[in-house]
Amino acid sequence: MQSPGALEISRRDLLVASAATVTVAGAPSLGHSQTNIPEASTGTNVSFTVNGERLELELDNRTTLLDALREHLHLTGTKKGCDHGQCGACTVLVDGRRINACLTLAVMHEGGSITTIEGLGQPGNLHPMQAAFVEHDGFQCGYCTPGQICSSVAMLEEIRANIPSHVTGDLTAPAEITAAEIRERMSGNICRCGAYSNIVEAITEVAGRKT
Amino acid sequence: MRFDTPATTNPIDQLKFVGQPIHRIDGPLKTAGKAVYAYEWHDPNTPYAYGYIVGSAIAKGRIRSIDVTAAKSAPGVLAVVTADGVGELKKGKYNTAKLFGGAEVQHYHQAIAVVVAETFEEARAAASLVKVDYAEEKGVFDLAAARDTAVKPEDGEPDSAAGDFHAAFETAPVKLDQTYTTPDQSHAMMEPHASIAAWSGDELTVWTSSQMIDWWRTDLATTLGIDKEKVHIMSPFIGGGFGVKLFLRADAVLAALAAREAKRPVKVALPRPFLMNNTTHRPATIQRIRIGAGRDGRITAIAHESWSGDLPGGGPEVAVQQTRLLYAGENRMTAMRLATLDLPEGNAMRAPGEAPGMMALEIAIDEMAERLGLDPVEFRIINDTQVDPEKPERPFSHRDLVGCLRTGTERFGWKDRSKRPGSRRDGDWLVGMGVASAFRNNLVVPSGARVRLDRGGVVTVETDMTDIGTGSYTIIAQTAAEMLGVPVDNVAVSLGDSRFPVSSGSGGQFGGNSSTAGVYAACVKLREAVAQKLGFNNADDVIFADGEVRSGDRRITLAEAAGDEGLAAEDRIEFGKLTETHQQSTFGAHFVEVGVDVATGEARLRRMLAVCAAGRILNPITARSQVIGAMTMGVGAALSEELVVDKARGFFVNHDLAAYEVPVHADIPHQEVIFLDETDPMSSPMKAKGIAELGLCGVAAAVANAIYNATGVRVRDYPITLDKLINGLPELS
Repeated sequence: MQSPGALEISRRDLLVASAATVTVAGAPSLGHSQTNIPEASTGTNVSFTVNGERLELELDNRTTLLDALREHLHLTGTKKGCDHGQCGACTVLVDGRRINACLTLAVMHEGGSITTIEGLGQPGNLHPMQAAFVEHDGFQCGYCTPGQICSSVAMLEEIRANIPSHVTGDLTAPAEITAAEIRERMSGNICRCGAYSNIVEAITEVAGRKT
Repeated sequence: MRFDTPATTNPIDQLKFVGQPIHRIDGPLKTAGKAVYAYEWHDPNTPYAYGYIVGSAIAKGRIRSIDVTAAKSAPGVLAVVTADGVGELKKGKYNTAKLFGGAEVQHYHQAIAVVVAETFEEARAAASLVKVDYAEEKGVFDLAAARDTAVKPEDGEPDSAAGDFHAAFETAPVKLDQTYTTPDQSHAMMEPHASIAAWSGDELTVWTSSQMIDWWRTDLATTLGIDKEKVHIMSPFIGGGFGVKLFLRADAVLAALAAREAKRPVKVALPRPFLMNNTTHRPATIQRIRIGAGRDGRITAIAHESWSGDLPGGGPEVAVQQTRLLYAGENRMTAMRLATLDLPEGNAMRAPGEAPGMMALEIAIDEMAERLGLDPVEFRIINDTQVDPEKPERPFSHRDLVGCLRTGTERFGWKDRSKRPGSRRDGDWLVGMGVASAFRNNLVVPSGARVRLDRGGVVTVETDMTDIGTGSYTIIAQTAAEMLGVPVDNVAVSLGDSRFPVSSGSGGQFGGNSSTAGVYAACVKLREAVAQKLGFNNADDVIFADGEVRSGDRRITLAEAAGDEGLAAEDRIEFGKLTETHQQSTFGAHFVEVGVDVATGEARLRRMLAVCAAGRILNPITARSQVIGAMTMGVGAALSEELVVDKARGFFVNHDLAAYEVPVHADIPHQEVIFLDETDPMSSPMKAKGIAELGLCGVAAAVANAIYNATGVRVRDYPITLDKLINGLPELS
């Protein structure tokens, strides 16, 4: 449980601390772990890399990559907004490509390399895209934000790889980084707070800085 | 602190921090995925179990029996708690439908059981094994069909009148009598409702996603039949709410009951498809508007009637609210009628009342301007009022609707709008411009805070205020920094914890102004405590600046003043009669340009501008974000958002984010926002007002009016989908 006593430090340290030191007072420890599989027949061992760290997990076959990250690895930066591939809040990078982590089972990613929002940057050492989102106020409630950021990082790579989109006019010319292309390619990431106008500006700034 | 006389000069007016474009202090946490939301509180030593909700498959009736045999014997299952098993639970004050308990079913997807298992997958699988025998009853689900059964609501002010509307309307030279409809809408916030509940003896801690900590705490205690003091609510980060997290919801009740039964902390999140039918929505309306005016454009008669529906015990959507105040006219009436419907609970969604009310009124104003041969901006300006039209002795505290309209006209290039609908073309696109006023009342709510000063000179603010994306963390830090003369980086803000003083919470666009006013009050007390401790007896000449407190030629750092033991103060702002003597509202003007595909009727936003007059803007970055977000939601209301009612089975069919279409990136152009530079000393010591809901009010009508200007097709039934346009479009050559 968050202790107000932990607040006697700088605010940013405080917020990090409050997020990281969660305990439930008085709750008995039964030694249970989510990685234990009660029914062996439904479980599989899987090994993949998350944010550069190689991990071996024993997972229920039904566990999505999203729930493996959130419930088993406690990497809760990746969000569950719909669990149906409709909102994009769970976007992560698998082998460099963006996917909805809710639409894929963890056991399908044997040997895969997964990057989550936590792998892009941390407070104090933000990825340029994370910093641009702060600079342009490209979020409000923050719940779609990790997905928007992961998606935008991979999306720019897709344009650079000359992968066309629905709004690409000339398929023989190199794909361009335009506001229209960004909006089209980011439309799988819903932001109900409606920060789209600012998000496009954040992405545009990062795209310009790199090219 | 009681606020009952207009604010005079105070430390906030320095504007060293308040009013400055300071980036969100929680920004690095949110962008790095380190902000912890309700379902994400993990203690490695705690054996969490997972609860999965079972919802009613009927809209109305009774549960004869629930067979949990198969579910209970499924792998990993720890407990099954059923509605008929727990019996009747007392309903919280703020809910219309019960959240759980008893055999009666009041709406589709009402919670009827929760299955608890070791893992999420096991709980979900076992939930599908719960077998329910229902005695289904016939319900009423169609507002249009039930319109004639609607009655005058018992509470509130369903009717208002001044002068003699009927006589004035009868004799008016120019008249309009039209009916408009708005559909049921869903909040569709990104974070589904979620709670973790943990019992320690008879004490309960719930980590949840709540806009109003104290309301949840009170209603959860009521529902569980326990002492409120035994309930601890935590909600420091909220993934959007828009009104649907104002009131206690089923996830918290189910988690608490499941944790008690399973003797383990239990996590419950509502699956996305439950959000539309298990929780609340903005109710549909049918609105009739009549306006009579002289040929000079002055409104002589205006009437607005609205019909909406809700479950028994619920209330109307107050869609006529703005029409009582927005435009002049001696003869006027409004009325609201409420039908009983057996759909899920209708309740507050961002700008309840004004949002759907302005969707209708501002089309009517556009139509009336056309009948009068007036520019719609000028027609609005002609009918501006500086007093409450129903009570002319009651002035507005500050009202600059005209300034918004004039500024917008100039900045948007309104003069380029084609006066003849359907006459501007850009390739395949019919192009049009639309305008609407923005109007939302400014509410003020008591709000408390505690402020601590420690020996390091760090200021810590504690309040149960919530930040639902509005920027509360940041504007509270700015307020404390201004009051105590420390950099924003030296202020720690701790929110969303029921152990902190009760705040306004987040809703009704009252949170920003009210909660910072509460922090102001606590800071005034802390300043007094510092001055007293230092023996600075002349409070008037004490200055807090640059981390120091100064009086005459004495100057001492705040760190020294705090000493080893530190200093703390707590207070609460309470509001007196200024809201009665003066009407407090916020104003704006929305300008949009649309293109409508001449072949398909597809409407696309090309440009959007909002001009807002809403008192002091505490932080132009976060305030602007509130407005562009609201403009985006308004585009959804105009073009795509509609909960479709299955009128036979009684539920919202499109209950997910694929079928309930909220705007996406591709729908939204670059958006401009202008804030008029003003203060409103009647609202609070902050001289600020609400902004978050103002930004929504009028947007959809501006889009509708732009579509009319583009196509010549007037659509009065939202959303304006292409099927409603295509038959009226010009012939393709």
